[in-house]
Amino acid sequence: MSTTLNASRRNFLKTGALLGSGLLISFTVPGAKKLGGAGAAVLGPQSGAAFAPNAYLNITADNEVLVYLAHAEMGQGIWTTLSMMIAEELDVDVNKMVVQHGDAWKPYNHTMFGIQITGGSSTTWSEFDRYRKAGATARALLVQAAAQKFGVNPADCKTENGVVTAGDKSATYGELATAAAALPAPGDVPLKDPKSWKYIGKGVKRLDTPAKINGTAKFGMDMQFPGMLTAVVLHAPVFGAKVKTVDSAKAKAVAGVRQVVQIPSGVAVLADNYWAAKKGRAALKVDWDLGSGVKVDSGTMLAEYKQLAQKPGATANKAGDVDSAMSKAVKTVEAEYTFPYLAHSPMEPLNVTIQLKDGKCEIWTGTQMPGLDQGAAAQVLGLKPEQIRVNTVFLGGGFGRRATPSSDFVKEAAEIVKASGKPLVKMVWSREDDVKGGYYRPAFLHKITAGLNAQGLPIAWKHTIVGQSIMEGTLFAGMIKDGIDGSSVEGVSDSPYMEAIPDRLVTLHSPKNEVPVLWWRSVGHTHTAMAMEAMIDELAHTAGKDPLAYRQELLKHSPRHLAALNLAAEKAGWGKPLPAGRFRGIAVHESFLSYVAHVAEISLNEDGTIKVHRVVSAIDCGLAVNPDGVKAQIESGINFGVSAALLGEITLEKGHVKQGNFNDYVVARMFDTPADIEVHIVDSTGKMGGVGEPGVPPVAPAIANAYFAATGKRLRQMPFNKANLPA
Amino acid sequence: MVKLKINQKEYSVDASPDMPLLWAIRDVVGLTGTKFGCGMAQCGACTVHLDGEAVRSCVTLVSRAVGKEIVTIEGLSADPDNYLQKAWIELDVPQCGYCQSGQIMSAAVLLRENPNPTDEDIDSAMSGNICRCGTYPRIRKAIHLAAKMQREGGKDK
Ligand code: FES
Ligand code: FES
Repeated sequence: MSTTLNASRRNFLKTGALLGSGLLISFTVPGAKKLGGAGAAVLGPQSGAAFAPNAYLNITADNEVLVYLAHAEMGQGIWTTLSMMIAEELDVDVNKMVVQHGDAWKPYNHTMFGIQITGGSSTTWSEFDRYRKAGATARALLVQAAAQKFGVNPADCKTENGVVTAGDKSATYGELATAAAALPAPGDVPLKDPKSWKYIGKGVKRLDTPAKINGTAKFGMDMQFPGMLTAVVLHAPVFGAKVKTVDSAKAKAVAGVRQVVQIPSGVAVLADNYWAAKKGRAALKVDWDLGSGVKVDSGTMLAEYKQLAQKPGATANKAGDVDSAMSKAVKTVEAEYTFPYLAHSPMEPLNVTIQLKDGKCEIWTGTQMPGLDQGAAAQVLGLKPEQIRVNTVFLGGGFGRRATPSSDFVKEAAEIVKASGKPLVKMVWSREDDVKGGYYRPAFLHKITAGLNAQGLPIAWKHTIVGQSIMEGTLFAGMIKDGIDGSSVEGVSDSPYMEAIPDRLVTLHSPKNEVPVLWWRSVGHTHTAMAMEAMIDELAHTAGKDPLAYRQELLKHSPRHLAALNLAAEKAGWGKPLPAGRFRGIAVHESFLSYVAHVAEISLNEDGTIKVHRVVSAIDCGLAVNPDGVKAQIESGINFGVSAALLGEITLEKGHVKQGNFNDYVVARMFDTPADIEVHIVDSTGKMGGVGEPGVPPVAPAIANAYFAATGKRLRQMPFNKANLPA
Repeated sequence: MVKLKINQKEYSVDASPDMPLLWAIRDVVGLTGTKFGCGMAQCGACTVHLDGEAVRSCVTLVSRAVGKEIVTIEGLSADPDNYLQKAWIELDVPQCGYCQSGQIMSAAVLLRENPNPTDEDIDSAMSGNICRCGTYPRIRKAIHLAAKMQREGGKDK
C-alpha cells in the first residue's frame, strides 16, 4: 500500500515524516450545521449548495460561503489560514465564512503526499495554490454570471465583500450562485498580484476562537447521540500481550454496564456512560499471556543501544574516508546523546464514535488521516470504504498521535462495534490508556566523534544513530531504502554542517522491539537537532570560538540558516551582558522546510535544575501567510520542546510502562515555561515551509548549550531533569 | 436521582453518588464544554465553579455538589461582560482549544479574588491547568488584559 504515496523519498526527507507533526486539531464550529444537508452519509459535502464550483467551497442562495478543509484543525490554525486563501481570491469577508472539515474524500488528498493527511507541517504551503485557485475560479464564474445578468463585459465587473458590481448594478454572490453553477468551468484563472493581498501576509484573528472559549466547539469527545453507549477498553499491560481468560461477572454487575466483549487489543466494557464503563473495567479479572514484550526494559535497552553504536550500521551519508581523516585531526571530540521514549499526550484523550445504520456507517473522530481510518474501519466492519463517512471534528491536539498508519484507535472502536453488535458506540481512552498506550517517539542514541583541524573546524565526522524505525512494519515501510528510515536520520545526514565536512560517515541501526513507535511533533528532528547542535557547541568550545561565530562560519553557505541565526542572536542581544545568574545558549535547525534559531536564557534553581526564563526565536518560513499564526506555532513548539527537554520521559520495566498520568508523565505547566518568548519572522522570499513543528527541534540544544555556559558541563541525556543532570 | 443546579437551572440527574461531577455534567446532563483530560485532578480541563470556587469536577463527587451552585463554561459564557473571553479573542489564545474551558474557569476565580495579579500570581493560580499546545504566554497576557479591562470597565460603571 505504500505505493499510494506519491511523495518521493527525497520529498519525504525534506519535509520530514508526512504525518507527524504539528498541532493538528479538529473541531466543529457552530455554523457548520449547513454541511451536506441532513445526515447525507457517504455523499460528498456538496449537496444542498446552490453553487459548488469545487470540493473546497460552496455558496448558498442565501449568500453563505462554506469552506471545506482538506486538512484537520488540531490547533495549528489552518481553519483560519485555508479560509483566508479562499477569501483572498474570492473577495469575501473571511470572518463571515462557515468553515467545515471535509469528509474522507479523494479531492482532499494531500497535494504532495497522495493521501488525505494533516501532518509534516505542510498544510499551508501544500494548499497555497489549490485553495487560492478554488477561490479564484469561483470568483471568475460569479463575475461571468453577473456580467450576463447585467448585460456588461466581465472586465467591467468588480468584486468586493461577496458582491459583484458594475456601474450602478450589483448582485450578491448568493443571488448569482444558481446562475454561476450553470456555467462551464473556466480554464486557468489568474491569481491576484501579491501586492493587492488583503489577508495573506497580514493575517486575521483565528476563526475558531469564539467556539473554543464558550464550550460550543465540538471535539470527538463531545459526540453524544440518543442510545449511545460508551466503551472503555482494558488494554494489555505489556505490548503484544494476549488475553488468556476473562472473568467479567463483577464488571457486568456494575450499574450501567451493558456488555463486556473481547477484542484483539483487550477487553471492552460498554456502558451507559464513561464512569460506569470505567468502573466496569476496574472490576474485570483478566489473565494475560504477556508474551515477549516483558523483555523490554529501558535500562537494558540503553545498554544494548550503546553496544550497537560501537559498530557502524546501515550507511545514511558517506564521503571520503572518515577513519583516516580522523587520525589526522588535531583534536577529536566524542559524545553520546540519549533520548527516551515520549508519549504525545494530546490534551484530548483518544476517542472514536461509530454509528451503524441502514447498512452505512458514520464515524466521528479527531483524526489526521481520515482516509486511512475509513479503510481500516471498512475492513473490520466488512463494509466498502465508500459506505463509511468519516466526520472529522476538532482535534484536541494531535502532535502526530492522531495519525497512525494502522489507524489503531479507529480500528479498536470498530472492533468493539463488531464484537458487541451495538450500533452506536463511543470509545473513550483514559489518560492512562494514552500514556501507557505506546506509539511513542522512539528512544534514540547518537554516538558522534568529530575531528578538528588546526583552525578548529571539523574535518571528520563519524556518527552512529540507534533507534527503532517508525516506518518499519507500517504501510509506509516502502520508504525504508537500503536499511535507512529517512525519518531516523533527517537533520543529521542532510545537515548543512555535513556538506562542509569532506570525510564523514553517518550510519543507522534500527533495532526492533514490541513497543509501537510513531512520529511525534517534528519526528526525527526531535533528537537529531539536539545531537547536532549540542555537538557543534562542543566543537566551538574546543576550538575556543564563540558559539554564534562558529556557527556563522560553518553555515556561511546556508543563507536561510544564517538569516534565522543572525536575527535571533541580534534580538536576543547575543554577546551583551546578562543579569547575574543568567546564561544563554543558541541553536539553529532546519525542519519541514523552515529554518528556526532559538536563543534560550536560563538560570539554575537551588537544587541545580534548570529554569528557562526567555527564548528569543527567529524563523524563516518563506512567506508567512498568517504572521501571528506563525508566531503562535513557534511559541507552542518552544513550550512543547521545553516540556520534552526538561521533563518528558516514558520508561519501561519488564515491559510495563512506568508512567500513567500527568502526575508521573510530567508535562510543562505554565510555571515550567519561559515567561518571555519572542518570535521574529525573517522577511523572506524563500520557498514556503511549515510552522507546526520547526519550533520544537532547536529548543533542547539551546537549553543544553545555555547549561554549559552556566556550569561548564554538557547535558547529553534527555530529559534534563534532576536525575540526568551531571554531578 | 440527585438534584443538581447547573448554570442556574435545576436538573434531576440519574447518577450514582460516587460518580464524579464531570461525568454527570457531560454524560448525563449533556453539557460538553467541560472537558475530560486526566481524571485525577492533574490537568484542570474539567474545572467548574462550585459556589464560586474552582474545583476539578473529575474528582468532585456528585454528592458534594448537591445543593450548591454549579457554573460551567456554558454558564460563564452567558455573561456578556466576560472580560476573559474578550481578552482571549483579542490575543488569539486558543490553539486546539481543548484545555481552554478549564483555563478560563480557573482564570475567572483568580480575577475575582485578585483583580490585579502579577505574573507570579498567575503562574501559581494557573498551575493546575495544563495546555499541551503551550498557549501559556498568551494565557498570561490575556489574564493581564482581562484584569485591565475589568478595572477600567469597573470605573465606567
Ligand atoms: S480531567 Fe479533571 S483535572 Fe484533568
Ligand atoms: S489549546 Fe490545546 S491544550 Fe491548550
